[in-house]
Amino acid sequence: MAVYEHDVLVIGGGLAGMRAALRAQELGADVAMVSKVHPVRSHSNAAQGGINGPGLGEGGGPWEEHFFETTKASDYLGDQDAIEILAREGGKEVLQCEHWGVVFSRKDDGQMAVRRFGGMGKARTFFVGAITGQAILHVLYEQLMKPAVHDAMRMYEEWFVTSLIVDEGVCRGAVAMNIRTGELHAITAKATIIATGGLGRVYEPSTNALICTGDGIAQAYRAGAPIMDMEMVQIHPTTLKGSGVLITEGARGEGAYLLNKDGERFMEKYAPKMMELASRDVVSRAEQMEIDAGRAVDGCVYLDMRHLGEDVIKEKLEEIYEIARDLVNIDIAKELLPVLPGVHYIMGGVKTDIDGLTPMPGLYSAGEAACVSVHGANRVGANSLLDTLVFGRRAAEHAVPWMQGKTFKPIPESVVENDRKMIRGILDRPTNGDRVAKIRRDMGVSMSANVGLFRSPDKLVAQQGELKTLRERYDKVGVEDKGSVFNTDLLFHIELGYMLDCADMIATSAIERKESRGAHTRLDFPNRDDENWLKHIVLTKQPDGSEKMTYIPVTITEFQPEERKY
Amino acid sequence: MKVKLKVKRSNPETGDSSYSKYEIETENSVTLLDALIQVREYEDGTLALRCSCRSAICGSCSMRVDGRARLACRAKVIALTRDNPEHEIVVEPMGNMPVIKDLVNDMESFWSKMRQVDPYIKPEGPTPEAEFRVPNEAMIDLTHVMNCIMCGACVSDCTVLEVDKNFIAPAALAKAYRATADPRDDHEHDRLEKLSEYGGIWDCTRCNMCVEVCPKGVAPMNRIMQLREMALEAGIKGNAGARHTGIFTKSIEDGGRLNEIWMVPGSVGMFNVPRMMKEMPGALKMLRAGKLPIGQVIPPGFPGSHKMHGMDRVRNVVRKSASLKPVKAEVKAHDA
Ligand SMILES: Cc1cc2nc3c(=O)[nH]c(=O)nc-3n(C[C@H](O)[C@H](O)[C@H](O)COP(=O)(O)OP(=O)(O)OC[C@H]3O[C@@H](n4cnc5c(N)ncnc54)[C@H](O)[C@@H]3O)c2cc1C
Repeated sequence: MAVYEHDVLVIGGGLAGMRAALRAQELGADVAMVSKVHPVRSHSNAAQGGINGPGLGEGGGPWEEHFFETTKASDYLGDQDAIEILAREGGKEVLQCEHWGVVFSRKDDGQMAVRRFGGMGKARTFFVGAITGQAILHVLYEQLMKPAVHDAMRMYEEWFVTSLIVDEGVCRGAVAMNIRTGELHAITAKATIIATGGLGRVYEPSTNALICTGDGIAQAYRAGAPIMDMEMVQIHPTTLKGSGVLITEGARGEGAYLLNKDGERFMEKYAPKMMELASRDVVSRAEQMEIDAGRAVDGCVYLDMRHLGEDVIKEKLEEIYEIARDLVNIDIAKELLPVLPGVHYIMGGVKTDIDGLTPMPGLYSAGEAACVSVHGANRVGANSLLDTLVFGRRAAEHAVPWMQGKTFKPIPESVVENDRKMIRGILDRPTNGDRVAKIRRDMGVSMSANVGLFRSPDKLVAQQGELKTLRERYDKVGVEDKGSVFNTDLLFHIELGYMLDCADMIATSAIERKESRGAHTRLDFPNRDDENWLKHIVLTKQPDGSEKMTYIPVTITEFQPEERKY
Repeated sequence: MKVKLKVKRSNPETGDSSYSKYEIETENSVTLLDALIQVREYEDGTLALRCSCRSAICGSCSMRVDGRARLACRAKVIALTRDNPEHEIVVEPMGNMPVIKDLVNDMESFWSKMRQVDPYIKPEGPTPEAEFRVPNEAMIDLTHVMNCIMCGACVSDCTVLEVDKNFIAPAALAKAYRATADPRDDHEHDRLEKLSEYGGIWDCTRCNMCVEVCPKGVAPMNRIMQLREMALEAGIKGNAGARHTGIFTKSIEDGGRLNEIWMVPGSVGMFNVPRMMKEMPGALKMLRAGKLPIGQVIPPGFPGSHKMHGMDRVRNVVRKSASLKPVKAEVKAHDA
């Protein structure tokens, strides 16, 4: 057992984490990055469609337009000071990626090409075929493999963070388990950046990878940092039945249609101007209404890409072509692809300011785990990758000068005791006939049924009860693997605890928000209510274990809320 | 359907190594990964494997399935048992890399080799204000290589690596192609020189295994062949591999057949006496077996060297083939 000391600890090796780590190191800090999977396995690689690049050349378009469209898509819950930064600085970030070597698709003149994404008035999304996230993630990792960076930065690859270290109200790093040995260590730091990504697996099915379990959000909550906008769960319009695997919006950006069972392009009824490329919340609701009205086949509507032609499909949508072929045995160049809405993204998260700083000194957050808030009640496609880069960098730029020149007292080894006890408790427990996997599935299925696209008070209350029962089961269930090395059984157990915390916060906030806004649709309050609800809901755990709910007004600078039509 | 699995287990804490057998009931549409997850979650929580995205982008779940490296999330159980519904699917960790536990490999050597090839672009000169202007064809070509998810399947089944741990191996060499062929990079020549050294592009035996097991159509071997061509074009010929290619071609052009006597000195270097001495025992054996035709003792290209009958036809063939584009090994689409 050892205590490791660093200037900056970045938790997470996805885009937000790597961007923060690279920048902090550039600024001269001793940086450590910890990730429970090898960084290139992070979920950022799943992003297929693209990244917005406001202000970047002709393609990116004027940043002001992006600023407005993002605000409008957020259903005016996004904080406009933050969105303005995203729009102003976004182009530069994308350009930086290009200079580092991302192989962005080009136009004939060699300039970067753009495609259209939902919620945006025109094409402004840069892309790498259908592997945009992977291409950017791998290029950032290339930068980390440069000898000067690699030799100086400590990478804790396949280390699992179990909790944050808080000393006298200041965040001082994290306790983490080396998955290869099972040992717990304190990794102390003067500044800590949570970049642990989303929580999609709280729902079943979900487009998210199995590792998206909301760890960082729950850990920040447990440490007493405020968590904001948790009711805002994005449901993506096009996912595969059963597995929940995503079909990128890029498909509709390239011109794919949505059809109901009668072959009708039903978006005409719901968003006559922008059709399939209306905001995600709008398209998902439209699909669900078609499905509920019986104009669906096997609970799905169709995504029609046949008219795009094999060339476009092979060059720009190859990934989808492969996914459809391999997972559902469909040739999208010739056949219709059945799709349905599925859980995809959490707009809420650890509350931060425009520099990624949380109200707890020393604690920062960026990427999907954070809530700045630039996405408000509904995230625009291709804005999340941008968010990870802009605010990952900004968090590092604030954290490094903040911690420089300050003295910090050493953290004793004993900080790991709590987690050690927690783990011993799990390992020593008998399995009690129940299983972690069963509890997780019951949680996911019930969350989808009760806190999904259309929300009603009775279902929300029922879900709170359900979550209580699930937690009782969780407290009793044990694991089969009692070993130390690569004990994934144990890790899933710990993750389920984080997921239950997140599920609770989602349900609580969803009951509280008595209006319909963006992704949050209340059947009993079908309209947006700016008078009462143009504000963020914030949950904070108190030292005595109770939960406090507060509100924070939305920051409005340029655009007064108006009705949202597409 | 019923699925039978035979999974290689190793437990570093007890030193045990054995096979566990599982029989589970699943839907027809499941992948091998789904089946393994079902085992882990409902049958045997001690089974260790890596997995995350379930859709062949994170590269976590490569393992040997019935002896071949592949992604468990891309292998349909129904396809694996098509010929024999009773077939017991054998699942083992990847090869060529140490095992940590069960199906989990230690991939450190994979990553250190990746770092060895300077896997990032190195543009010289001032950074442009806008993006680099580069042709889309180049970007599309590189996108196919960036499609590599670092799963390790090609490294697992690389037949050269099996006998020579020094070989940089397919994944890192494909990555080297990505950096070398990127029009924004300004170090093509020194990269190619480094890659032409021992362990690099000339050590591939073109067995095509990496092309066959790659789940993403990266076709590493084709990238290695492209690098070879680039190296030759750049005039980097001072190495055994390039010289071997040179003497091979010359020998055919000159006499219509391989000149066995001059292949070795032609490849290792005319004055590399120690290296040639090493080949002596082999040469003597060949001589005894009548495989070193004394009639070919004059080196190709020198007056009086041995010529095959009908040389103009041979030269015609050589000329024609030189003008052809290199044939790329076929990238197989995975049916499962
Ligand atoms: C299928 C899909 C497609 C998408 N397409 C797009 C798109 O086209 N455009 C777009 O802009 N956005 C897209 N998104 C959203 C976007 O990809 C993600 O929101 C974004 O990549 C999140 O990045 P991140 O860095 O915040 O987190 P991640 O990339 O998820 O990284 C999280 C990191 O935290 C680490 N971590 C987590 N918990 C722990 C722990 N306990 N201990 C240690 N480490 C931990 C993980 O190992 C990982 O390295 C898509 C999302 C999905 C699911």
